[in-house]
Amino acid sequence: MRLKLHVQPRPLLFIGVLLICWQIAINRHPGQLLPGPLSVLRAIGDLMHSGLLLKYIVASLFRVTWGFALGASLGIPLGLAIGWNRRAEMALNPLIQIFRPISPLAWIPVAILWFGVGDMAAVFLIFVGCFFPLLLTAMSAVHNIPALYIDAGRNFGLSPFAFVSRVLYPAVAPQLVVGMRITLGIAWLVVVAAEMIAVNSGLGFLIVDARNAGNRYDLVVAGMVIIGAIGLLLDLGMRSLERVKSFRWSYSED
Amino acid sequence: MSLTNAANTPAVAAMKLRAEQLCVAFERDSKSVSVLEDITFDISDGEFICIVGRSGCGKSTLLNVLAGFLAPTSGSVIIDGEPVHGPDPRRILVFQEHGVFPWLTVEGNIGFGLSKLPRAEREHRVAHYVQMIGLQGFERTYPSDLSGGMKQRLQVARALAVNPDILYLDEAFGALDSITRLTMRKELLRIWQTERRTIIFVTHDIDEAVQLADRVVVLSSNPARIEDILTIDIRRPRNISSPHYLELRDKLLEQIGQAYTV
Amino acid sequence: MNSLSKPRNWEKYFWPVLAAALLFAIWHYCVVWTGTNIFPSPLDVEKGMAELLHKGVLWDDIGDSVRRVAVGFGAAAVTGIPLGLTLGLYPAANQMVNPVLQILRPISPIAWIPIAIILFGVGDRAAVFLIFLGAFFPIVLACVSGVSSVPSIFQRTGRNFGLSSTQLLARVVFPAALPQILIGLRIALGIAWVVVVAAEMIAVESGLGYLVIDSRNSGKRYDLVIAAMLLIGVIGLILDLGFRSLEGLPSVRWGFRHES
Repeated sequence: MRLKLHVQPRPLLFIGVLLICWQIAINRHPGQLLPGPLSVLRAIGDLMHSGLLLKYIVASLFRVTWGFALGASLGIPLGLAIGWNRRAEMALNPLIQIFRPISPLAWIPVAILWFGVGDMAAVFLIFVGCFFPLLLTAMSAVHNIPALYIDAGRNFGLSPFAFVSRVLYPAVAPQLVVGMRITLGIAWLVVVAAEMIAVNSGLGFLIVDARNAGNRYDLVVAGMVIIGAIGLLLDLGMRSLERVKSFRWSYSED
Repeated sequence: MSLTNAANTPAVAAMKLRAEQLCVAFERDSKSVSVLEDITFDISDGEFICIVGRSGCGKSTLLNVLAGFLAPTSGSVIIDGEPVHGPDPRRILVFQEHGVFPWLTVEGNIGFGLSKLPRAEREHRVAHYVQMIGLQGFERTYPSDLSGGMKQRLQVARALAVNPDILYLDEAFGALDSITRLTMRKELLRIWQTERRTIIFVTHDIDEAVQLADRVVVLSSNPARIEDILTIDIRRPRNISSPHYLELRDKLLEQIGQAYTV
Repeated sequence: MNSLSKPRNWEKYFWPVLAAALLFAIWHYCVVWTGTNIFPSPLDVEKGMAELLHKGVLWDDIGDSVRRVAVGFGAAAVTGIPLGLTLGLYPAANQMVNPVLQILRPISPIAWIPIAIILFGVGDRAAVFLIFLGAFFPIVLACVSGVSSVPSIFQRTGRNFGLSSTQLLARVVFPAALPQILIGLRIALGIAWVVVVAAEMIAVESGLGYLVIDSRNSGKRYDLVIAAMLLIGVIGLILDLGFRSLEGLPSVRWGFRHES
């Protein structure tokens, strides 16, 4: 999606209506803690002004990038290998299935134990949050390669390296890209949560800090809005990657 | 148009369906593309009509208009004296594939249109049609366990169960292998001769048209116009090697614009 | 997939057991080798779990977590499915509402905690609210996707047989979309399970998530931490498998490709 400004009236109208209702609801209960849209906007302005916003966004993105990159560079090749080898999958799948539902946040004590409070711990949590989904996506992608392609590859007598680069990789790439987009979304959710608990900077920290240090709920909601916006941008960015021609041959939904 | 000879249809047949100067045009890239032009013909009650033409010439579009799923750009379809405004259970369309509901069993599918009937009658009718299409023993089976031919039979049974006046078939046997197709044609004719209804069958298969139809409407393409309406005056059951059959088939091939040799 | 011979039946049990045994062995050795006295060995964890079971606290915690998930997930399903179906059927409405959903979706439910606490105070209801948020969006989006991928043939057939709009929704659209809806529900349940653990670490004082944090905070009982983590994993897996078995029901089985 190139940045064509498709200004579509209806959704904007709907959002506008929601914002107005929100403001009215706030005005009717003065002295209450929840902020209205105007104060949120002002808060965002303050944040931009003081340079904090940029600093926090960079911190959060930094952690996401590292955690995601580690998760991908370990999880994807491993997943492809496991998916390929039936016995390896039989061996490891039960273990993977048990670890998968464990929220990355449940790893916090372990993370703090191993890395102390700080950036590394947060990156580790994001790594955990990315590793399993990408592992499973890679395994699933290998399973979904039509047997036809593999037979054709064999038929043409390709060397292992040629096989991987000319049959395997193109066949799994579309599904991997979709999986990466979804996992990036997960990473973004985890970083915010991790920052609320384990570190001292970033958008998640902003939310916790704003509340703890003075009940600045306008900053809280401002933080939430920015989190939502950046998450959306990341998602759209990944979607445009999916549209790149060489990935587009295989497609489904979402 | 012309009356057929008395061999297969009643001497004075009531007019069931009339298409009057049907035109259908679509907007594509802000240009108007004419798909059907000036289609006019009559069909009598109980007739078996085939519509043939090349793939993509607009046969299915025509069928959708006749069934009421698509409104023509101009012209009208009159059935039993009333203009057609939309789909109606009195005229059911059978699709080429994926038409049966995969979440319902054979019984469930056949009984789909019968929800307004009292239970006993519904079950009776379902049983009747299960038998008619030869799927006894498969009543509780789901479509994913049925073959292509069985699924098409199921669609036909589902359609017949609601007692429609007209049955539209949109290349209904096109997705089946050629041997199954022969069987299905026999079946369809048998069913048609048992429970007489008007059938309009769209196909690109010339042989199919000559084997099945009383009359064949030949469509040209780009845009589709009626090239000709051929009468197939061979008694049923038809010998598909008889000289007359081959003669009519050749005539059709000529209409479509194909040579006689490959 | 590869040129090895087809695995035999007993191998289905042999390999995972071997892998698990290896994992435990490596784990045990690491603990011994690094001489750590904080990180537990597998045996410590086992003892810890037994301890929890004996104290009877464990069942309460499990019950609390499961209960919160049930309520939050249930609420999300009950509100999300009708909304999703409606949006799927009326693309104009979907066009209007979808951007709002897309903006709210990437906000981690955890980020909603301050708001949740204002609205509901610290405690169960805040946690349930967070779970609701986490499950709601995937359910709605799955329903929209499910409805819009119902082939038009089905809807045309329904209209052909004279169904009204409501009947069409109930007898054609909903059953046709059900496989996709089930997938969305299963994913949402997985998310709910992740959120409950996180919510319990922050907003409440019982449940498995709380157990994880509390075991560390009050006494560095990492054996209990790991034990709780494993339990979280196992229960999450059971929930997931339970849902997958629903996908085998005959009236939805058609929608799922047979996975090897």
